[in-house]
Amino acid sequence: MNRLPKSPDLSREAGTPKIRLRGLCKGFGPKRVLDGVDLDVAQGESVVVIGGSGTGKSVLLKCIIGLMRPDAGSVEVDGVEVSGLRGAALDDVRRKFGMLFQGAALFDSLPVWENVAFGLIEGRGMARTEARESALRDLARVGLDEDVAGLSPAELSGGMKKRVGLARAIATKPEILFFDEPTTGLDPIMSDVINDLIVKCTRELGATAVSITHDMASARKIADRVAMLHGGRIVWQGPVADIDRSGSDFVEQFIHGRANGPIHVEAAAR
Amino acid sequence: MVEAAAAFLAAIGRTTLNFFAVAGRLTTFAGRSIAASVRPPFYPRLIAAQMVQIGYFSLPVVGLTALFTGMVLALQIFLGSARFNAESAVASIVVIGITRELGPVIAGLMVAGRVGAAIAAEIGTMRVTEQIDALETLSTDPFRYLVAPRLLAAAVTLPVLVLIGDLVGVFGAYLVGVYKLGFSPATYIQNTMDFLETIDVVSGLVKASVFGFLIALMGCYHGYYSRGGAQGVGAATTLAVVSASILLLSADYVMTELFFVQ
Repeated sequence: MNRLPKSPDLSREAGTPKIRLRGLCKGFGPKRVLDGVDLDVAQGESVVVIGGSGTGKSVLLKCIIGLMRPDAGSVEVDGVEVSGLRGAALDDVRRKFGMLFQGAALFDSLPVWENVAFGLIEGRGMARTEARESALRDLARVGLDEDVAGLSPAELSGGMKKRVGLARAIATKPEILFFDEPTTGLDPIMSDVINDLIVKCTRELGATAVSITHDMASARKIADRVAMLHGGRIVWQGPVADIDRSGSDFVEQFIHGRANGPIHVEAAAR
Repeated sequence: MVEAAAAFLAAIGRTTLNFFAVAGRLTTFAGRSIAASVRPPFYPRLIAAQMVQIGYFSLPVVGLTALFTGMVLALQIFLGSARFNAESAVASIVVIGITRELGPVIAGLMVAGRVGAAIAAEIGTMRVTEQIDALETLSTDPFRYLVAPRLLAAAVTLPVLVLIGDLVGVFGAYLVGVYKLGFSPATYIQNTMDFLETIDVVSGLVKASVFGFLIALMGCYHGYYSRGGAQGVGAATTLAVVSASILLLSADYVMTELFFVQ
């Protein structure tokens, strides 16, 4: 049996990270999806979590955002434990967040501009006229003009939905941006456009970013640092420039898309 | 033999545990929903939009069913009461039957089919497409934004619908009574008014408000907890209509006892 390596030592990092995960565990019935995840994300850093389908990347993201409650472990944002928060206290933390969902998750019942302005109107109490102006500026930042503002989400293409989702994510000028499989379902050119927009918007805001993907082209483009999730734990992490010489069999197999390797061996052994 | 008995007992145990788990989850959901309905922030635009969806767009179906129910009721009561020479009681029995029972129950079942299913499908789709997760990440409580407006709108608009349904149903019975059964219009109206009491109408409207709450609650509950894509949303829709109909009829019995049985 191929044993998983221990999580990398994080004690070398100085100061309080923007996000700090320690011993994060989450299971569903007998299946343990996260089994002691340790991860630090520094202020202004862009970390991409890679891993195969079903390895718990989305669960990890949902535990950080508070959409799922971890079974054990700690989630700190700016040094404050957030995993047990509820109600108004959790809402206060979430005001620091912006998120682009895998399918964009635009509200069907609202036009594009109201989707983008939703966090400003409902979350910040901004007047609708002012929020509309702000939404139009954010749409322009992701390359969409005013004509799109009045459309319904059902009238948009996949790439446009992602752009609107990105505009909604940045509308409240969040400190931390989360991207859930930002390029899934898009053609390579549109994927690159979305990746460029993610990099641009994150830099302009000076935000910290956590993304999950299994698209290596996307990971290489948007990451400062990459962490690989497998078997419920981070099995490797390091600067994106080091990913091709990671020394990890898991990473090697994953980035080259090989059928044979430790990941396959473990799946077969079950 | 022992294994079969153990398996049987285990099945009973599982069913019992599931029942209490669902009952607990539903009670918690109802509690959170009621709390969200009475505490700010309120969303008047959403409540108004839901009132139009639930009330205005249900008018045709409620009106038509009430009309035919009143017509059939007049005919059946006339034929039944003719067996013991009590044909003159048609108007009074029709108006009491419609205002106390048939008006709220028929309207409730129609709205459960039309609105309960729509609520479950809409919220269920929002759940499986992560729109509810998106709401939460935007610091918006889905109970306040999605559930409360629907509960309030249904609880307020259903009594109005029932009041209109009562009038249409009595009018349908009047048409049959006067043009088919030969009653004099003045006598029919006089009999209707003489035997109608305030409690008949009020009890029906209170029932309607409770039915509206239950219909919206079941739609929201099954939609909110739907899982597994289109199939899950379809199942949620069916469950919303079935559970709302059963709850509605059982609540009707309880409220009838409370109102009319000393």
